[in-house]
Amino acid sequence: MLIKRPDDIATAEITDESIYLGRRRLLRTLGLAGSALLVGCSQNPGDVDAKVGTQADTDASLTLALARKTDYANGEAQTSFKDATHYNNYYEFGTDKSDPAQNSSKFQPKPWSVEIAGHAEVTGNFTLEDILKGQSIEERVYRMRCVEGWSMVIPWAGFSLADLLTRFKPTAQAKYVAFTTVNRPAQMPGLSYAALDWPYREGLRIDEAMNPLALLATGMYGRELPNQNGAPLRLVLPWKYGFKGIKSIVKIEFVERQPRTSWNDAAANEYGFYSNVNPEVDHPRWSQKTERRIGAGGGLFAPRIETKPFNGYAEQVASLYAGMDLRQNF
Amino acid sequence: MMWKPRDRAAALKPLVFLACLAPFAWLLWRLLNNDLGADPVAELEHRSGDWALRFLLITLAMTPLRRITGWVQWIRFRRMLGLFVFFYASLHLAVYLSLDLQGLWTQIFAEIIKRPYITVGFSAWLLLLPLTITSTKGMMRRLGRNWGRLHKLIYLIGVLAVLHFYWLVKKDVREPLIYAGVLAVLFALRLPWKRWLVAARPAAPPRT
Repeated sequence: MLIKRPDDIATAEITDESIYLGRRRLLRTLGLAGSALLVGCSQNPGDVDAKVGTQADTDASLTLALARKTDYANGEAQTSFKDATHYNNYYEFGTDKSDPAQNSSKFQPKPWSVEIAGHAEVTGNFTLEDILKGQSIEERVYRMRCVEGWSMVIPWAGFSLADLLTRFKPTAQAKYVAFTTVNRPAQMPGLSYAALDWPYREGLRIDEAMNPLALLATGMYGRELPNQNGAPLRLVLPWKYGFKGIKSIVKIEFVERQPRTSWNDAAANEYGFYSNVNPEVDHPRWSQKTERRIGAGGGLFAPRIETKPFNGYAEQVASLYAGMDLRQNF
Repeated sequence: MMWKPRDRAAALKPLVFLACLAPFAWLLWRLLNNDLGADPVAELEHRSGDWALRFLLITLAMTPLRRITGWVQWIRFRRMLGLFVFFYASLHLAVYLSLDLQGLWTQIFAEIIKRPYITVGFSAWLLLLPLTITSTKGMMRRLGRNWGRLHKLIYLIGVLAVLHFYWLVKKDVREPLIYAGVLAVLFALRLPWKRWLVAARPAAPPRT
């Protein structure tokens, strides 16, 4: 049962049309239409395609000048750049945790565009430059808990997912957001094996997507995202298991029904749609009560740490799930 | 002077022994050089498990090798190889208990009972115990015909070990399936094909 009505939230976010049109006019008058590509662009995708930022804009938007740095991990020691970039899952590059770093060098994250589709006033194809325009990139240090039972602390660079989504003006029918990863067999050798039903898909309820913690990352450790970590644009949802953080996003669709997601399709009894970190709900094949922090002091003998509900972010996100049976909706 | 096959096997034994220790030495070397990757506990766990399973398959290959190559001395390596199965399986279990679960005994017992893949893995290790204990010449003599019966347990252990691997992987089952395939071949080689072929010959194919 959903206590919070996602459509209410979406409706509240929708700018009144007169204000919207007025702002458009104002911007045009001021000659700033270029910097408001997303806000002011038409609903016609073809029209949008033609609008590309200038080279100067492009360079400026991709350097990781960090607007601010916030530690959301309680001062816990950060995982080394080497470990965070050489030990991770990105099945499109292979199923071993060393595969992504090894097999992703051919991947071309530039140029990039993202298709915005579904129940929103603004849809179409947007270049990454369009998407990043006007966004200040901030650093957020988040804990990352993998469903396999290990965890890291990673300084991501990015911007709030809600900031981006509201710019497309989702309508009242937009109850969920569906994300799709790029599908490039020539550059992603893991795609030759159907470990999952490619392309990779993930989804969120719209109120989850609008939660301020949901981050669209373009970088980590103060630099652009390496290919193996989901360049050039990925989701980071620190209160959910890592696989919910879909990588190399090419499509964002506002949908009315709960979208299909890759791991849930592969094993619905093991990977729920929500997949919130929850020490009380075990994976059917292993416990989720504790985790091993990668690179923790003490090496081999570093103690396991207790996994916290919502990975320690209950204060920020627990209300999203008020009244829900989290054993049922795992 | 020409060595007799028996002598050759005896001379090879120390070399085989060292070769069997090589994976352990390599792990130890990587451990001392901080070269086990981001999650050294998982790496030790996985690699020791790999080698336990590999040595199990190698051990099971000795009897078919004897039959296929005609060199009977293969069998003389079997006990040593079998003991290495126990060695790597015990290392695997020790890493799991001491480094992974770190002696959190309540969790250990819960895991062994609740998780089918750990239940079968732990059972496989338990079943290795009687085989290890009865591996001496004295025990062989004492047990007589029962020794062979007891040691048939290795087939069950092989199945449990492969199942343990198959059930623990998240999605990519290719590797456990390779081990399952090799195990299946080793089982198939033990079936009395010759007898069946001979038995089948007189029966003419049915005419339609």
